[in-house]
Amino acid sequence: MLQVSIYRYNPELDSEPYMQDVQVDTAGKDLMVLDVMEMIKAQDTTVTYRRSCREGVCGSDGVNMNGVNGLACVTALSKVVKNNKLVLRPLPGLPVIRDLIVDMSLFYAQYEKVQPYLQNNTPAPAIERLQSPEDREKLDGLYECILCACCSTSCPSFWWNPDRFIGPAGLLQSYRFLADSRDTATEERLSKLDDPFSVFRCHGIQNCVNVCPKGLNPTRAIGHIRNMLLTRAT
Amino acid sequence: MVTAVTSMGRSGLSDWLMQRVTAVILLAYFAYIGVVVVSGVDYVAWSDLFSQTWMRVFSLLALISLGVHAWVGLWSVFTDYFTERMMGTAGNVIRLVAELVSGLVMFTYLVWGIQILWGL
Repeated sequence: MLQVSIYRYNPELDSEPYMQDVQVDTAGKDLMVLDVMEMIKAQDTTVTYRRSCREGVCGSDGVNMNGVNGLACVTALSKVVKNNKLVLRPLPGLPVIRDLIVDMSLFYAQYEKVQPYLQNNTPAPAIERLQSPEDREKLDGLYECILCACCSTSCPSFWWNPDRFIGPAGLLQSYRFLADSRDTATEERLSKLDDPFSVFRCHGIQNCVNVCPKGLNPTRAIGHIRNMLLTRAT
Repeated sequence: MVTAVTSMGRSGLSDWLMQRVTAVILLAYFAYIGVVVVSGVDYVAWSDLFSQTWMRVFSLLALISLGVHAWVGLWSVFTDYFTERMMGTAGNVIRLVAELVSGLVMFTYLVWGIQILWGL
């Protein structure tokens, strides 16, 4: 029997959050954490969490498993369970709505700040804006982000200043458009990032790289943004 | 864009660059001092070393670098932990007092350092 300790909080009933201990029979199988959460929900239907595609594509079920953020649907028990114990908590740093569900408003507000869409002020061509294979390659490792928030909520700088530091997820997207050969708003984008918080609160500790379920590297993207700012200003 | 009037250079890039440059200066200075100390030094040699203008300039540069480096670093720490988000309105008062105190300490060390270096 797997010992699971799950974070519970229902603001309508509980005065404060508490940890609930549950036993789950995994029949010795190396299940995904989401399977275990489904089994817990079958025992107690009040347990609440987000989930959708259950294959690491939608990014809904980002949770903190034994202290490490990740997607419950693609994280095998063998990867996180220690001494037959699994502790499930909501993503750290964001307000909890209920149980494992966090309020992502701050996270999305930072995403919105980087204007995550292509901006081009030249006349639109008849069919489409073409890009060379080399320029297209520059977007690899940037466009794959699914906005699960595992990275930003594992970043202490984002915990302390979620309203001022854009965070790894937002900055990865920021660089995705800075690096795009079809985008002409580079100067405007960079001028909005040159303050002590938006980019420069990143101290390069790479928690984001460590937890990204898609294997992306926001720290590297932040380094590229820093270099672009430096080149522009010196 | 987030504004900040108490940061060293008002711009994140400028603070970042100053912190990197001052770190290199401090590394060079303390590496040199380390070599001098390890290779054996008595009072006369030490006194001779610090009576040379280039060493005084190098030391003053390191002292200023220390002040700048400490301000950028501590300002980051203060604006992480002593904030309204973390401590309520008291956070703003504590942060300003902490900035003021560390600024005063750095300024005092700088003036004191000049006094020592030039034997004023």
